[in-house]
Amino acid sequence: MKLKKVKKWIRDGTPWIWFNAGAVTISIVMVAGLLLILMVRGLSHFWPHDVMRAIYSPPSSGAIDQVMEIIGEFVERESVSAIELTTSGIPVSEEQELYDRELFKFGNRDLTGADFGWILNEFVTEISYPESLFVLERRQWGNFYGYLTAIKQAGEIVVETDPGETGNNQAWLELELRLNRALEIYDSISQMERGSIGEINFQVERLRLRERRLELEDSLTAEAQSTIEAEAQALDAQYAAIQGDLNSLYEDFERDSAEFLAANGQTAEIPLAEIVRAYRPNSMNVFNKLLVYGSKLVEFLSDEPREANTEGGVYPAIFGTVILVLLMSVMVTPFGVVAAVYLREYAQQGLVTRTIRIAVNNLAGVPSIVYGVFGLGFFIYIVGGEIDQLFFPEALPAPTFGTPGLLWAALTLAILTVPVVIVATEEGLARIPRSVREGSLALGATKFETTWRVVLPMASPAMMTGLILAIARAAGEVAPLMLVGVVKLAPTLPVDGNYPFIHLDQKFMHLGFHIYDVGFQSPNVEAARPLVFATALLLVLLIALLNICAAALRNRLQEKYKGLDV
Amino acid sequence: MPNDIQDPAEPPMGKNRVEFSANYLKREKTVSNNSTDDNCLVVKGLNLFYAKTKQALIDVNLKIPRKRVTAFIGPSGCGKSSLLRCFNRMNDLIDDCVIKGKIYLDEEDIYAKKVDVADLRRRVGMVFQKPNPFPKSVYENVAYGLRIQGINSKRVLDEVVENSLISAALWGEVKDRLHDNALGLSGGQQQRLVIARTIAVEPEVLLLDEPASALDPISTLKIEELINQLKESYTILIVTHNMQQAARVSDYTAFMHMGNMVEYDQTDTLFTNPSLKQTEDYITGRYG
Ligand SMILES: Nc1ncnc2c1ncn2[C@@H]1O[C@H](COP(=O)(O)OP(=O)(O)OP(=O)(O)O)[C@@H](O)[C@H]1O
Ligand SMILES: [Mg+2]
Repeated sequence: MKLKKVKKWIRDGTPWIWFNAGAVTISIVMVAGLLLILMVRGLSHFWPHDVMRAIYSPPSSGAIDQVMEIIGEFVERESVSAIELTTSGIPVSEEQELYDRELFKFGNRDLTGADFGWILNEFVTEISYPESLFVLERRQWGNFYGYLTAIKQAGEIVVETDPGETGNNQAWLELELRLNRALEIYDSISQMERGSIGEINFQVERLRLRERRLELEDSLTAEAQSTIEAEAQALDAQYAAIQGDLNSLYEDFERDSAEFLAANGQTAEIPLAEIVRAYRPNSMNVFNKLLVYGSKLVEFLSDEPREANTEGGVYPAIFGTVILVLLMSVMVTPFGVVAAVYLREYAQQGLVTRTIRIAVNNLAGVPSIVYGVFGLGFFIYIVGGEIDQLFFPEALPAPTFGTPGLLWAALTLAILTVPVVIVATEEGLARIPRSVREGSLALGATKFETTWRVVLPMASPAMMTGLILAIARAAGEVAPLMLVGVVKLAPTLPVDGNYPFIHLDQKFMHLGFHIYDVGFQSPNVEAARPLVFATALLLVLLIALLNICAAALRNRLQEKYKGLDV
Repeated sequence: MPNDIQDPAEPPMGKNRVEFSANYLKREKTVSNNSTDDNCLVVKGLNLFYAKTKQALIDVNLKIPRKRVTAFIGPSGCGKSSLLRCFNRMNDLIDDCVIKGKIYLDEEDIYAKKVDVADLRRRVGMVFQKPNPFPKSVYENVAYGLRIQGINSKRVLDEVVENSLISAALWGEVKDRLHDNALGLSGGQQQRLVIARTIAVEPEVLLLDEPASALDPISTLKIEELINQLKESYTILIVTHNMQQAARVSDYTAFMHMGNMVEYDQTDTLFTNPSLKQTEDYITGRYG
């Protein structure tokens, strides 16, 4: 009786349904879990955590007991065995098997040498969260934690305050005011350096190349030389003028500084020019913290990286990733579509086309680093080198296109993803009913006209599907890019106001490589780790966004051609 | 089996002929004199093979008079569509399809090397068994053939689209939705749209392959009326499985069986007094 029931249960297909449901659930849980981890670990980094002050007196092997003041932010907690601790030089009693220890961010790298440290909970006393504690985010040396004692202008003390004083006292207001002023000057300085000075440098370089070119062509007449020199002088004069403005701005910029009292009575004078952001987390309510959180998030998305990429933003990397994917799409779509149209519509179907198809499908499985090597060997050394010889001889021996750059990276990714586009487009073409083609041909259209006016528009949703798959593959690719154009830190964006506006020969930053760089190449692993998560989350979101855009476009096209298989 | 060229006698004249209004393209039409020798299409010794071994048409000989309706009847798979597709060289698209013999359109061999196939297809329009509008607007469907010819003037297109749709008895139904997707039309409307699309390029010959097979009686009637109108200006070849329809719309009828042209005569004669027993069996439904 029971056996019969089981048999029926199996014949119903119920186990299969459960099996399928289980598989789907596991996939969803995995994706959700991944996103959750990235979000929790990445986004919490920007929250202004409270800063703790305490006395730490760990057991020491020496005669005198160490007692020190610590000021810092809690990062994480773990348990260690006593044995481990004793072997690493901390003589704890081995009666207790496990000790809790916490990782703290102490900052003040310029004063103490290291800005992270483990402390054993057992030996911490006098924990407090003084409201007057400051957190300073600096352009160099990482965070600073301490109490404000004085503000100086050109070396003279303007305001003095007691380290313990809280609330919106005069010193704090003064600091805020002067800091905003410094930040404004900083903005205009960087605008000038990037804008006018960058432009002048660009033109000076162009002038040099023009002279060199004339020289190579043996047509550098005295007349040409004198015009070039005149132009160079004009540029020099402009440069000198701007440089003068800039110098006075710098003087203004470096006018103020502030004195702080750090842990263990150390003092530090910090120029306001060094400070990016200053706040007192222990005295802030949730709303104020949210404001700081928002501004840090905006900084992350829209600013340049600082301190070997462990601080600041990732804007150049976002920009590089997006422009790379866009360029790749622009290259891969026509190429893949043309290839697919030829394979499906024009080529004689037979052994050769079958072989080509198999080859194309296999290409999709070639490890991406192989494409990177190909891009480096073929595009950069051979094609790029040739281009330099032909078109940019004046810049040699400095290569223009004979070196990794945006163009070659996009081309390499295009080659990497073209099989996907070909396969998807071919499938789309194959699905278009014969009757529609015949309808067009019967009206006197040639095959080309039929393909161009009827078949391709109808296959456009399939092309978009191919493009979506291509983007998904290309945006997450890192390995080949390291060979063909991505760098850890690019001084300028590949798109700017100087002719020809988009600089295909430039190197660029990329989120995927940024993750690798920050996570594994960084000198300061602890400081970098949250950024790894945040950047990874950003990359995932960016790919999702690009995909959603492409999918929306495809759906619109599909809507247009629906009811096609009547 | 009649292997010589069949040449039907003078057809009965004076059925209800309606003035056809599609003289909008100032293209000169070939002169018509309704004489017995004025054949639009002549087929000589046509053999068609789909694969080396599979012969779909066996030595077909046929003369099709100008500005008349010629119907093709016969059991399924006898080669009616295959024959029809020879007239506009649609079979060229099928790999391994081999055609032997000659077809003349106005005394010109359409399988000659120098023939421009696209031009031939413009002159010999075809409406397929299943309506196959393009996934474009109604307007663009009708304008397609003209755009292909490089005619993009809005004035000309507007006029042609309107006239073609009027000729295809569809104007009233779609004049308010010219720019809607043609796939939203009903099957019968789509079929008439396809006819409008075909006559918009002013062909000389219209090939209709079971144009009403998927339609309801009312749409069928409309299409039949349309055929009656159109034969004023076009030579029409129609494939149909409906004996009554063949009898109603055609002047001549050809009965085919297994790739052979069995009997070809004036419709009245063929239906009332067929010369072969095989034909009689088929049209009276005793075919088995
Ligand atoms: N593309 C093709 N490849 C191979 N054989 C074909 C092809 N098209 C038609 N045939 C064969 O040729 C023969 C004639 O086909 P055809 O389509 O001309 O018949 P038909 O008279 O139009 O039939 P129906 O009334 O069912 O439409 C059939 O046996 C068919 O199987
Ligand atoms: Mg047929």
